[in-house]
Amino acid sequence: MLKRIASFAVLAAFVAGSAIAAGPKADLKDVDWSFEGPFGTYDKASAQRGFQVYQEVCAACHSLKYVAFYNLTDKGAPFYNPDFPNSNENPVAKAIAKMFTVSDGPDETGDMFDRPGVISDKFPAPFANDMAAMASNGGALPPDLSLMTRARVDGSNYLYSLLVGYKDAPEGVELSSGMSYNPMFSGSKIAMAPPLFDGSVEYSDGTKASVDQMAKDLTQFLTWAADPKMEQRKATGWAVMLYLLILAILLYGSYRAVWRNVKH
Amino acid sequence: MSGPSRYNPSTGIEKWLDARLPIIRLGVDTLIFPSPRNLNYWWTFGAILAVMLVSQLITGIILAMHYVPHPEHAFDSIQHINRNVNFGWLLQPMHAVGASMMFLAVYIHMFRGIYYGSAKNPREMIWIVGMVIYLLMMAAGFMGYVLPWGQMSIWGAIVITNLFSAIPPEAAGTSVTQWLWGGFAVDGPTLNRFFSLHYLLPFLIVGMVILHVWALHIPSNNNPTGISIKTKADTLDFHPYYTVKDAFAIVVFLMIFSWFLFFMPDSMGHPDNYIPANPFSTPPHIVPEWYYLPFYAILRAVPDKLMGVIAMFGAIGVLFALPWLDTSKVRSMRYRPLAKQFFFLFVLVCLGLGWCGAKLPSDLVFATGVDADGHAKGLTFVWFSRILTVYYFAYFLVILPILGLVEKPKPRPASIEASVLGNSKGEA
Repeated sequence: MLKRIASFAVLAAFVAGSAIAAGPKADLKDVDWSFEGPFGTYDKASAQRGFQVYQEVCAACHSLKYVAFYNLTDKGAPFYNPDFPNSNENPVAKAIAKMFTVSDGPDETGDMFDRPGVISDKFPAPFANDMAAMASNGGALPPDLSLMTRARVDGSNYLYSLLVGYKDAPEGVELSSGMSYNPMFSGSKIAMAPPLFDGSVEYSDGTKASVDQMAKDLTQFLTWAADPKMEQRKATGWAVMLYLLILAILLYGSYRAVWRNVKH
Repeated sequence: MSGPSRYNPSTGIEKWLDARLPIIRLGVDTLIFPSPRNLNYWWTFGAILAVMLVSQLITGIILAMHYVPHPEHAFDSIQHINRNVNFGWLLQPMHAVGASMMFLAVYIHMFRGIYYGSAKNPREMIWIVGMVIYLLMMAAGFMGYVLPWGQMSIWGAIVITNLFSAIPPEAAGTSVTQWLWGGFAVDGPTLNRFFSLHYLLPFLIVGMVILHVWALHIPSNNNPTGISIKTKADTLDFHPYYTVKDAFAIVVFLMIFSWFLFFMPDSMGHPDNYIPANPFSTPPHIVPEWYYLPFYAILRAVPDKLMGVIAMFGAIGVLFALPWLDTSKVRSMRYRPLAKQFFFLFVLVCLGLGWCGAKLPSDLVFATGVDADGHAKGLTFVWFSRILTVYYFAYFLVILPILGLVEKPKPRPASIEASVLGNSKGEA
């Protein structure tokens, strides 16, 4: 039996080992996130503040194209309110949607027109297309942020570390114009200027908007944006595990009962 | 099926149907057939694989209702499934993680077959059909990984399809590669045909599984002693004895599956596949899914491209010949002290090759010092994988054939029954 367990352990280690094989280059700051682990959930207050940071700072250059406004008030989302189980009826989503201008059309004369957002709209992109985005950003394309925390190794820690990781370039490192030094970024030279400064936003809940605080809040928000069904998935997971555990116990009992008179 | 049928139609309807379409007889005789009474838990992975295959089929068919096989829309449609489709957040990771779990189960199933001599006479056809299933799984898994059209999808497809360009142009290497692509690069037509084939292959697998199970019913299961069934006392009916044991093992396996699925769904994938495919931006480190890593390591271990491709496919091809390469008359390595040690070393070598496949070839396994320029030197992964590749092939082509001839096996029990009840014959 011990040998069996050992063999399983080797296989499990192999699977896990190969999955994490591609590790990060610089040492990321390891934050104790609320959403980690099988019981983890998003810190809603922090994610709401993070949304404010996205809206007031990041949205100027970065799209969030897979997220619709009604998603913000879905179950497990930063602005979920149990009084509105149907997120379409939640006034918060409507109010946030209205703050954005969305291009629509063509109308009956064939022209595109602008209108305030409605909840079924996705977050509008700040630039018309990739070329326009690159032209406005010194040739670099600001990536879409919908999946950022899943598209990097240890994504949430990576995003936080990057946001707080800006430094003066060490001696001997030449930075071309428009570039900044950030050892957390692959190659350490990044086209994104430091986006956060103390007080970049003013939080309505009185939280002090330090760079560290804003980076953590934004990471909460973008981790939710990348994995919006996480809380639903984990809750379902525990129900499934409990069901399977009971079934396993019953089946083991059946196995023992069926085999009780058989030596094997 | 071997042996007389165990089905006695009792009702009028059953008799009527049995005379016209004996489908109940087929079902009964498939489930109630004599199996060795000493099968251990390593024998439950066949049933586990059957369950996983059905799970992949069901989730896959539903995903295909929402997936769009077009370079402009494929990545978006996966996000649409995960964010907007009812229970899409469950189905898509279930299919992706399920593929990994299926490969985990199939590797255990294959190692079990090698260890207990299940491939050998009279079960060669079960093994060969099983190897065809494994090949089809590899093809289905590869094409499935391309469908989300992320960075690892497209670059994995580019690397693997380019293997065929190792064939010299005079031998139609270029034509074959362009025929696979449906153009001059991995692009829309490639994605579209991969989707079509990814939908086809699972049904071919189902067909091969039917042959696999059919072939299994002729000699019945091998068993941990490797000794053939001699009398009825050696056996138990598959149902209910092994249906209940398999059911328990399946549920335990599903718990492991669920843990990955619900609590760490990204652990078996690569973060780069959350970046949309970009043919103009090569990821710094292209790696296949974990279940191909040992073969990827063998490919990269050989300096010559064509020879590397031959070695990689040879590593799978040599498995087909296993029933004849293992020359020992004794099936189970339980009674082969030397073969047992070489087998466990082989398992470690396979895991080691997987480790090598996940690393950059120039990375160091361990450093022995620094060279003149101050760079660390030591055993690189490419050299480590070369050592392991030599053992991999030597195991099949040298060790197993010779070992069967020179090894002195330990004494074996007289029968399965005797092995279960001790040396003397007792009551069941």
